[in-house]
Amino acid sequence: MKNNISVHTITRIAVFIILSFAVFLLFAGHNNPGGGFIGALMTASAIVLLYISFDLQTIKKVLSFYFPYLIGTGLLIAMGTGISSMFFGYPFLTQFFDHAHIPILGNVELTTALVFDLGVYIVVVGVTLLIITTIAEDDS
Amino acid sequence: MSNLLVIPFLLPMLVGAVLIFFAKQHRLQRIIAGTAGIALFVYAAFLVYIVYQTKEKMIILEVGNWDAPFGIVLVGDMLSVLMVLMSSLVGLVCLFYAFKTIHSEREKYYFYSFFFFLLTGVNGAFLTGDLFNLFVFFEVTLISSYVLIANGGKKIQLRESFKYVVMNMVASAFFLVGAAYLYATTGTLNMADLGNRVATMDQQGVLNVIAIIFLFVFGAKGALFPLYFWLPKSYYGPPAVITALFGALLTKVGLYSLIRTFTLIFNQQPQFTHSIILLLAGLTMIFGVFGALSKFDIKQIIIYQIISQVGFMIMGLGVFSTSALAGSVYYITHDMIVKVALFFIVGIIIRVTGTGDIRKMSGLLKTHPMLGWLFFIAAMSLVGIPPLSGFFGKFALVVGGLDQGQYLIVAVALIVSLLNLFSMLRIFMNVFWGEKNSTTVALTNKQTFPLLRPVIPLIVLTIALGLGAEPAFQYVIGAAEQLMNPEHYINVILP
Amino acid sequence: MEILIAVLIGVLFSVATYLLLTKSLLRVVLGTVLLSHGAHLLILTMGGLGLGSAPLLGEEASKYSDPLPQALILTAIVISFGMTALLLVLTYRTYKAHQTDDLDQLRGRLDE
Repeated sequence: MKNNISVHTITRIAVFIILSFAVFLLFAGHNNPGGGFIGALMTASAIVLLYISFDLQTIKKVLSFYFPYLIGTGLLIAMGTGISSMFFGYPFLTQFFDHAHIPILGNVELTTALVFDLGVYIVVVGVTLLIITTIAEDDS
Repeated sequence: MSNLLVIPFLLPMLVGAVLIFFAKQHRLQRIIAGTAGIALFVYAAFLVYIVYQTKEKMIILEVGNWDAPFGIVLVGDMLSVLMVLMSSLVGLVCLFYAFKTIHSEREKYYFYSFFFFLLTGVNGAFLTGDLFNLFVFFEVTLISSYVLIANGGKKIQLRESFKYVVMNMVASAFFLVGAAYLYATTGTLNMADLGNRVATMDQQGVLNVIAIIFLFVFGAKGALFPLYFWLPKSYYGPPAVITALFGALLTKVGLYSLIRTFTLIFNQQPQFTHSIILLLAGLTMIFGVFGALSKFDIKQIIIYQIISQVGFMIMGLGVFSTSALAGSVYYITHDMIVKVALFFIVGIIIRVTGTGDIRKMSGLLKTHPMLGWLFFIAAMSLVGIPPLSGFFGKFALVVGGLDQGQYLIVAVALIVSLLNLFSMLRIFMNVFWGEKNSTTVALTNKQTFPLLRPVIPLIVLTIALGLGAEPAFQYVIGAAEQLMNPEHYINVILP
Repeated sequence: MEILIAVLIGVLFSVATYLLLTKSLLRVVLGTVLLSHGAHLLILTMGGLGLGSAPLLGEEASKYSDPLPQALILTAIVISFGMTALLLVLTYRTYKAHQTDDLDQLRGRLDE
């Protein structure tokens, strides 16, 4: 599939649609269907689409994350939100929320659950891509 | 409410996550891991002290500020904090043994991260008061164990870990099935609430079936009689430190869950459920010791000894009286110490002689006296020779069994103990007695001392537990009384 | 509806059992996947399949569905996702190391 123009062109557009939907899912979670896990799977599928249509090496140059570090970061963020409530004398993992007024977006509900979800998101992206690239690289 | 209960599984998880970033720096990794191991052990000891000081002998935490039957509760009663203390101790000594024996190749592949994730799962499983949360912590434990057991990627390791993973995934699926049925019949998964509702329903019909599903699940994890077949081969592949860790912790998590569910939830019809447990206990003892007697590989013998000892540990649950349960709890504590010591020593013996076959070894006592006598003490403690800790566990079990009129199981236990003695002495006579033979000695006596350093505290502890059995038993009987009176547990959580 | 799903769960479990007992590595993996699917469906069914609105978001609806089985099943799915991924990698490595996917040849002897 080295010079498959149609696949390349469609992938370039589709990846951004998938990625923006993934971000939407991440933010929609908590009160509506969505969440960190499903958003992360969506992101991972977008990146896998890139891997398939372009070359593994090419994409590695563009997205040069070291996936285990991604997993560690996500774990620390998720745990951090749980621990933060302990510093204020509440039980572990107690979540808080508040409504804030942000200029363009209007009235937004800010929750600590979102930060937790972000941690989950990073972990799942890291895990999924790590597994897929491990098997894919081994084959070549 | 007390956040104290979070630390035993939060700390190892945090350390495990941090260690991912330092996987390539061996020195730094060891410093962080060692410090965390010591901190965890000290904290666990502190936790036992705190729990023992409280009036209810129990502390709870409602995670996320959700009230008890709806949210997840963490419960630290006397049994669970004791188990946390023991698992932290096992983690600590295994860590220091790993520093000396694990290749840097394995360290690079996140050995210490998964080591700490394993401790996360184990400590969490001991502390949780919610059945589904128990499942989650089981899975945390198992997924780390899958990685550790396959870490290194030797041919035999890969092959046996595949079977181990499949076996455990089937058991996990049945855990879910059991939880689903239990939720359908009772409408709750909080263990205290479950205990309450199962008691009002009198544990009829379908609840007995669910009890047997859970017996199957925890029996598979804890290596009970028909379900232990996965254990001997899969524990054989990985290095000694991982086998020690698994032998001391993984089966104990299964047994702890068995004890917890069958004293708190399924306690209404002991003539049915607990008779089955008693039968399985006897068969596990017998088949374990027969396995040990049939093998000539030293590591295999000790692995089969795990299975045989599992029988003793659940015998107290089957007899179902305070003194027998106290014996079980004491025996679990003792077994965690001695099993780790034995696996460490066996690891050293294999390094010294370069073979695992006891027929090819001879006369090690002359060249390595320290190793020999430490092995002797550990082996005698395992078998249950009086001044050592194993004796008092077995003594309480036997007395409890006689009190309840369970003469058959007591007879089986005593005969199996004799066979255990025979199997351990067979190792001692083959390996340490006799003339020195020509097998190459890879390590001199001096070179084994650094490896023996983590073993010595364990041996001292098994002697101390034996000599100080009186105060130790006070604590253990307190824990057993809590187990036999689940109303107290339920009242604290659901006031 | 519950009866229908119960039959489906039974089918899933029996297919999974069949696959677990076959000799090919990959089929065994598929067996564990189907087994966990069956277990997840069972959790959902055991909570009762009814038409109710989403819980915890206001108090207008006359009927609410039980949120707990959904939370449980979500957790269980995530866990089985991780387990399956790990098992697949392990299977692949086992296959690579032994050059066979026949479990009969993977039986092995201890004194090798």
